[in-house]
Amino acid sequence: MQYTNITFDIAQILALLVVVTLLVRHFGGYMKRVYQGERNLLSPVLGPLERVVYRISGIGSDAEMNWKQYAVSMLIFNFVGMVVMFAILMLQGYLPLNPSKFPGFSWHLAINTAISFVTNTNWQAYSGESAASYFSQILVLMVHQFLSAASGMAIVIAFIRGIVRRKAETLGNFWVDLTRGVLYILLPIAFISALVLVSQGVIQNFSPYKSIQLLEPTSYEKPKLDEKGEAIKDASGKPITEKVIVKEQTLPMGPVASQEAIKGFGTNGGGFFNANSSHPFENPTPFSNVFEIFLILIIPAGLTYTFGRMAGNTRQGWAIYTAMMLLFVLAIGALYWAEYNGNPLIHRLGVPGINMEGKEVRFGLGGSVLFSASTTATSCGAVNNMHDSLTPLGGMVPMVLILLGEVVFGGVGSGLYTMLAFAIIAVFAAGLMIGRTPEYLGKKIEVTEMWMSVITVLAAGVFVLIFVSIALLVPAGLSSMSNSGPHGLSEVLYAFASQANNNGSAFAGLNGNTVFYNLTGSLAMLAGRFAPALAVLAMAGSLVKKKFVPPSLGTLPTDKLPFIIWLVSVVLIVGALTFFPALALGPIVEHMIMQGGI
Amino acid sequence: MKEIKTGILLFVALSVLTGILYPATVTVLAQAIFPKQSAGSIIYKADGTPAGSALIGQPFSGPKYFWPRPSATADFPYNPMASGGSNLGPTNKELITQVGDRAESLRETGITDSIPADIVTASASGLDPHISPRAAFIQVRRIAKERHLPEEKITALVQNHIEGRQSGFLGEPRINVLKLNLALDNL
Repeated sequence: MQYTNITFDIAQILALLVVVTLLVRHFGGYMKRVYQGERNLLSPVLGPLERVVYRISGIGSDAEMNWKQYAVSMLIFNFVGMVVMFAILMLQGYLPLNPSKFPGFSWHLAINTAISFVTNTNWQAYSGESAASYFSQILVLMVHQFLSAASGMAIVIAFIRGIVRRKAETLGNFWVDLTRGVLYILLPIAFISALVLVSQGVIQNFSPYKSIQLLEPTSYEKPKLDEKGEAIKDASGKPITEKVIVKEQTLPMGPVASQEAIKGFGTNGGGFFNANSSHPFENPTPFSNVFEIFLILIIPAGLTYTFGRMAGNTRQGWAIYTAMMLLFVLAIGALYWAEYNGNPLIHRLGVPGINMEGKEVRFGLGGSVLFSASTTATSCGAVNNMHDSLTPLGGMVPMVLILLGEVVFGGVGSGLYTMLAFAIIAVFAAGLMIGRTPEYLGKKIEVTEMWMSVITVLAAGVFVLIFVSIALLVPAGLSSMSNSGPHGLSEVLYAFASQANNNGSAFAGLNGNTVFYNLTGSLAMLAGRFAPALAVLAMAGSLVKKKFVPPSLGTLPTDKLPFIIWLVSVVLIVGALTFFPALALGPIVEHMIMQGGI
Repeated sequence: MKEIKTGILLFVALSVLTGILYPATVTVLAQAIFPKQSAGSIIYKADGTPAGSALIGQPFSGPKYFWPRPSATADFPYNPMASGGSNLGPTNKELITQVGDRAESLRETGITDSIPADIVTASASGLDPHISPRAAFIQVRRIAKERHLPEEKITALVQNHIEGRQSGFLGEPRINVLKLNLALDNL
């Protein structure tokens, strides 16, 4: 008897893809109206609030910015957020809403966490339930799940304006785009979604942790420690242990649902608890699971339509959407197949079926695979199963989705602008091959555009390879691995891929909370976020000045199937050329070992 | 300079909205509409004392209770202060040994069939409250013997505790181990 039922799994996957696709038009159209300052459904309620925010901050809502002003405002805002967050995390012990009396973070963990949340990465080298106070969770970590998402969305909107406006100088106003993203898009939907999640069992309170009498007490062997906190060992070198009887279980509490909603919706991924969306208090039912996946996908998917509408040709948006969806379906299929076939080393023990290590019973294989693919296709990085325990080829799927540069839907904003940089590279490469003028949406692609596109697409990859190489050469890098051999390489590769591409999920066996990993990871996250963001804004600054070239016989149509397939190929070729050697040494070798070939 | 001031003021304004007003409103509404869920879905014994959360598994290892999935949480299994999985890779020798040992101790209770994967592998959260129906059925004989009850009675109890797929197609059929064990004590 198989543990899983493929029919239901396929039904669940199809249902989700259909719902997302059906809503792309409505939601994408709504976002277009928001960013263009048009009247929308929520204007009567939120319009006055928006004006109050502008008045408090001294923002002129019709002041336009050129690309440099836009970029500087974005950097200032992110820097302010980073400094405040660093300070609060260090001083957590002295701040209110800390019923469990957690002390401040170490300096390197505070730096890593501050950068992680500002860059929309949400890499977590801390464990929420045992390190972060309610004050830190809501006022620092959750606030940035809104703000970093809105920053990313603002940048892609500025970039689209750069493509669409003709012979202009300015790209909009960063403060206004940021505020509108938070007020009209992120807050209202996070609000409703939080309540939907509570209905399923996600907790929402500020109570102290609860002690529960266990129905059957349990016991464990606890290592004895000396005054310095080090394990005491006997003559043969074994640690001396004492038996501890456990009669109680402490249930952590907290404002989880409010964070859970924006965690997915802003493709942030930073969970309230260490186990993230596999934790029953974060993701209690199969429905909450598929709902969280929906939240993760809908902004990045919807933005493709926003792009099409702003460009005046929705087919251009659907072309990008189709390219993303093709890669997404391929990934889901591959991951499902690998996990369905399971682990032959475990089958040999008389335990047949799918790979269940690191998965939860309630989600089943379909719900687990769909979550893993969605969270790494987008730059979310929440997890509902442990990627470190996926089969080798199964674990390679999320890794590849991240390494491709987070373009299969990608992060909110960042996914679309990186994919558009790929589109520009694709147009250029195709133009070279067939002798057509490289143009995208009526704008000539010239040297500046190519430079900036290449930076956007390759920056993260370069940093991944540099940092992985360093980590493999120094003891501080090697000592954090929890698995040896090719799987250890996969852990390190995944860690830097995840941080440089601002995903934030992990092969969590790797101990990331060391000075080495906290600092190198911080650099990878900063470079992976801001190098592409600045390159994209610079490109927008160049494109916005250009005149519109009407399509002629020499123009490559970018809204037709051949271009879609070409775009998918370019994404795959660039990814393969960059990372194949590393993947061959990690997951592919491990797969052969698991199959008994080596 | 003006931009820096704007940046700081806007940061404060948006922090108040998203970091104070938003979670406060959600908390008030959640506790009013879903008081039980927002507080952790606590279930109570017949005598009114809290037995645990319906969502968080508990460790059971004695022969008289249904066993849950293995848990890799630190210190002791099902420790909610340290949620997480084993993070052992698929070719890690420790994983293969652990699964082998668990399968072995199940076989010692008289199981001759193949063993369902969920009952010998650690969950992602370490707090998984559920097991698959088959993982419960293979334990029926042991529990009937230990509790001196007819097997049919235990089987019927397990049957009654199967939760189906949500909305008919989401997730997998499953059994909440804590609820099942509470019911077992009431037989």
